[in-house]
Amino acid sequence: MTALLATENLTIRFGGLTAVDGFNLAIEPGDLFGLIGPNGAGKTTVFNMITGVYLPTEGSVHFDGKLVNGLQPAQVAALGVSRTFQNIRLFDELSVLENAMTGAHQHAKINLFDSLLRTARHYREEQRQRDRAYELLTFMGLEDRAGLPAKQLPYGHRRKLEIARALATEPKLICLDEPAAGMNTGEKAELSALIRKIRDELKVTVLLIEHDMKLVMGICEKIQVLDYGKTIALGTPQEIQNNPKVIEAYLGGE
Amino acid sequence: MAKTVGLLLAGLVACYGLNWFLAEFIEVVYVDYLNLIGIAIVLAVGLNVINGLTGQFSLGHAGFMAIGAFVAGLVSIQLTYGEMSSGPLELAGLGTFLLSLLLAGLAAAVLGVVVGAPALRLKGDYLAIATLGFAEITRILLTAQDSLGGPTGIKRIPKMPLLPGTGAWDGGTSVFWIFLVVFTIVLFSARLQRSTYGRALIAIRENELAAETMGVRAARMKVMAFVYGAFFAGIAGGLYAHYQHSVRPDDFTSIRSIEVVVMLVLGGLGSITGAVLGAVAVTLVPQLLRPLEEQLQVNGLSMVVYALLLILMMIFRPQGIFGQRELSLKLFRRILPGGRK
Ligand SMILES: Nc1ncnc2c1ncn2[C@@H]1O[C@H](COP(=O)(O)OP(=O)(O)OP(=O)(O)O)[C@@H](O)[C@H]1O
Ligand SMILES: [Mg+2]
Repeated sequence: MTALLATENLTIRFGGLTAVDGFNLAIEPGDLFGLIGPNGAGKTTVFNMITGVYLPTEGSVHFDGKLVNGLQPAQVAALGVSRTFQNIRLFDELSVLENAMTGAHQHAKINLFDSLLRTARHYREEQRQRDRAYELLTFMGLEDRAGLPAKQLPYGHRRKLEIARALATEPKLICLDEPAAGMNTGEKAELSALIRKIRDELKVTVLLIEHDMKLVMGICEKIQVLDYGKTIALGTPQEIQNNPKVIEAYLGGE
Repeated sequence: MAKTVGLLLAGLVACYGLNWFLAEFIEVVYVDYLNLIGIAIVLAVGLNVINGLTGQFSLGHAGFMAIGAFVAGLVSIQLTYGEMSSGPLELAGLGTFLLSLLLAGLAAAVLGVVVGAPALRLKGDYLAIATLGFAEITRILLTAQDSLGGPTGIKRIPKMPLLPGTGAWDGGTSVFWIFLVVFTIVLFSARLQRSTYGRALIAIRENELAAETMGVRAARMKVMAFVYGAFFAGIAGGLYAHYQHSVRPDDFTSIRSIEVVVMLVLGGLGSITGAVLGAVAVTLVPQLLRPLEEQLQVNGLSMVVYALLLILMMIFRPQGIFGQRELSLKLFRRILPGGRK
């Protein structure tokens, strides 16, 4: 089986700092894949290179067999990669529903004049976006908040809305950057179930960054560990938990 | 679509009615204010798409207006007189007039692409300075053009064409044409705002990185916003040219660009209603202050008043009069007793 996402020797330097160093990653379609590592290990930076936010200094990213390096973020999104952000980035002045609808924008097959003249195509497109956004809000348990401005959403819900918005782009791969950060135990359990449903029901491959070990070990089938920009371990949750290098990295780091 | 045609027809009739009413009952001086307000609304509502919705800081709107004014002026002079000569002012034919406005809008829109392109790289203050520079360069190039009359500009621009029943009045059909454009841009902008394009523009304003990552082509959308604003500013320039019958490059200094930004900031960046209100206020302030200026024998009082208004605004209502809200039927329903929430 060919990998859905593959990085090879992925490297990025910020001045003198090599934040990610010769990073190789292979994600198969249908994976629920964990990427973990201590603070500052370079996990978010990997996401930024995968989604076209940063251009790698060296190495390559392939998605679905296509080279991603050098593409703009919107082009990467069009290929079917979506993500959430560690530091939440919602469109605060738009409503919850409109935030999710914006994810569906890239599939709009209309032009500006359709919207200015309010043609039938415009109304159909609005309906399509609204229906899809509503479905995904319901999926994430946010349907009651659809009309609220995003800025009025409580913290845990903001993270869920980011996931709904990312799903509205109809991705093949969703990259979640610490989706459980700031959530309480109950919310975390609910989120675990949702992430599993994203993979099982929506058939979207998941790449997950998460510090909560219980959550990661509980839902991921494969885990890769990053420390100082380098891979130090790759395996099943069992293997990772017993890996001396991983234990060392976490204990030595704090 | 059918609704659009209906609305535009209704707008046409309403503007005709307004024109007729003013011709019958109102003094021409006040009509002059009204027309200047109308042109200001077109400028402000157009710039609102760039600065308000998309969150770009464009400070060169007068440049687009200047191009529109000169293109419309030259086209209609050419088609009406065949050459630039002296003689009485004439009326533009309907076809000539509409063509001149269309070309004015298109020329400005082309410039919108040229100016929108750097907006892809420049942000905030840098973009403001670049667009300001563009507008000034446009003005200086026009001034240097001897064939366009240099600093004195072009004269004898034909009047707006008459309509049945609006002949014998000094105001002519200016109110009709200007407010027809006002009606159109307000309608289109409200629709733009509530469409997938409007949401994409707002997404860029709210968080450009997230917007791009969600598949919004920020570069393309920004250029689109510039083209939209520029197109209507070009038409506003064309209307201005036909209305004033003459245009000089100095009609389009950076002061005018700044005024349009002040309209938006006063009314509430991002709100069409705010832009309209700001346009009314900023157009009327100098007119209201003129008697006082004459009495005190000082010029430029209005600039002082703008500054004061802006400072007060920043202290007491930084989001502008309307914030990002719109005056709409929904709002009325909420205010009226017994209305739905
Ligand atoms: N744009 C940048 N410029 C300079 N340094 C950067 C930049 N982005 C990331 N870094 C550095 O790269 C390193 C890796 O950061 P990154 O955010 O990827 O870590 P992380 O694994 O996501 O950590 P955390 O768990 O705290 O989120 C850090 O030392 C960070 O300071
Ligand atoms: Mg991180």
